[in-house]
Amino acid sequence: MKYPPKLSKDQIAYRASQELPENSYVNLGIGLPSLCAKYLETNRNITFHAENGILGFNEISDKNNQDENLIDAGGQFLSPNKGISFFDSAESFSMIRGGHIDVTVLGGLQVSKNGDLSNWMIKSRGIGSIGGAMDLVSGAKNVIVTMEHVTKNNDYKILNKCDFPLTGIKCVKKIITDIAVIEVVDEGLLLTEIAKNWNYEDVQSLTEPKLIPSDYLKEYCTIN
Amino acid sequence: MAIKEIYNSYDDALEGLNNNMSIMIGGFGVQGGQPTNLMIALRDKNIKNLTLIGNVAGISMITGYGWKDSDKDKIIDQSIFFKNKQVKKIICSFPIPAQRVPVSEIEKSWKNKESEVEIIPQGTLAEKIRAGGAGIPAFYTKTGIGTIVENEKESKIIGKEKYLLEYALNADVALVKAHIADEFGNLIYKGTSRAFNPIMATAAKLTIVEVDKVISSKRMDPERIGTPGIYVNRIVSKFNEISS
Repeated sequence: MKYPPKLSKDQIAYRASQELPENSYVNLGIGLPSLCAKYLETNRNITFHAENGILGFNEISDKNNQDENLIDAGGQFLSPNKGISFFDSAESFSMIRGGHIDVTVLGGLQVSKNGDLSNWMIKSRGIGSIGGAMDLVSGAKNVIVTMEHVTKNNDYKILNKCDFPLTGIKCVKKIITDIAVIEVVDEGLLLTEIAKNWNYEDVQSLTEPKLIPSDYLKEYCTIN
Repeated sequence: MAIKEIYNSYDDALEGLNNNMSIMIGGFGVQGGQPTNLMIALRDKNIKNLTLIGNVAGISMITGYGWKDSDKDKIIDQSIFFKNKQVKKIICSFPIPAQRVPVSEIEKSWKNKESEVEIIPQGTLAEKIRAGGAGIPAFYTKTGIGTIVENEKESKIIGKEKYLLEYALNADVALVKAHIADEFGNLIYKGTSRAFNPIMATAAKLTIVEVDKVISSKRMDPERIGTPGIYVNRIVSKFNEISS
């Protein structure tokens, strides 16, 4: 089956960045989620948290200005933002576990129809890295997953039941993919946005659980 | 107040470490906050059958993770202990990178059944160590409910939520990195280089701290102390303003 072109990682990240409320504390996962920061308008008041013990930073890419004492959990070098603070790992996870982080945006390997997430181990590998993901999904007030809708072989990543080891159960509130935006609601998966040139049937054909089309279904809002 | 022993040699600072010990290694797994010189000395000491405890276990040497571009040729991480076949077991939260190739020393060692790898959620690992240092034998957390972390653990319903019982974690030795120490073992950290260092300093029988420099307590600002000297046994640095 021939499908229309999918959105890029940057287009997914832009869409996810629109989910971050003003004055919120946000933890972005490694990889695609970390791209969100680059799409926040400069007047937005959002404080980023990283597990290794920092609140209030910007990502930098200037290779001549790297400070080994100013780094995020993904190993990226940072520049300080207004109101920056440092703390140790126990304090950092008190913030997470204690429910002080408003939103976390994480990558995903699989999400189930009831919002279970698998994102730390590919089953066949037998070993993986949990990192801070399990703490984040059980502690943050809102969990958003950004990922490609299907695998490179077109296998489902949005499933009735995850078959990779779980990161958390019933934790994902919203899935933002390269073709759709889906909310996890009590009734199942609510399809709220579809990428340009895609239709409901195409998105459903790449999704194992039945999608409920929203009464307000609209085109995926992102950059070109 | 108790004056601490200040070493000039990293090797001497590890005096008395032996086979079969459990050793916490501070920092996050990136360049900043890692006791790199103590790690090199521990490898060269060649003691075996160690249980290591650290957060990110050995990503940098194959991915460059968290190291400055200008220092890429000097990257050291916990892989050196696996390559040197010193590790019985590692307790960590992030042992391997997402990409499968090249295979890290830790994954090789795990595959060959030379070392056991116990993977713990990062916040639970941090709290186990904090609890260990604070004399709290165990605590309840909801992290890991419904996952393989829950396997065979005791749980309890508190309020309407289910929580897992997690036990404290202590070690024989902690290798810690701080920015500045004084002769009483008070430590100042810098930026994100705190991470697991302050909690590990509290949780071991013997805490050995690598610092950028040692200064006189007369020049130490007590408001900035991140780890009070009560937790510290040995200090090692190439820059000791007190002796010079």
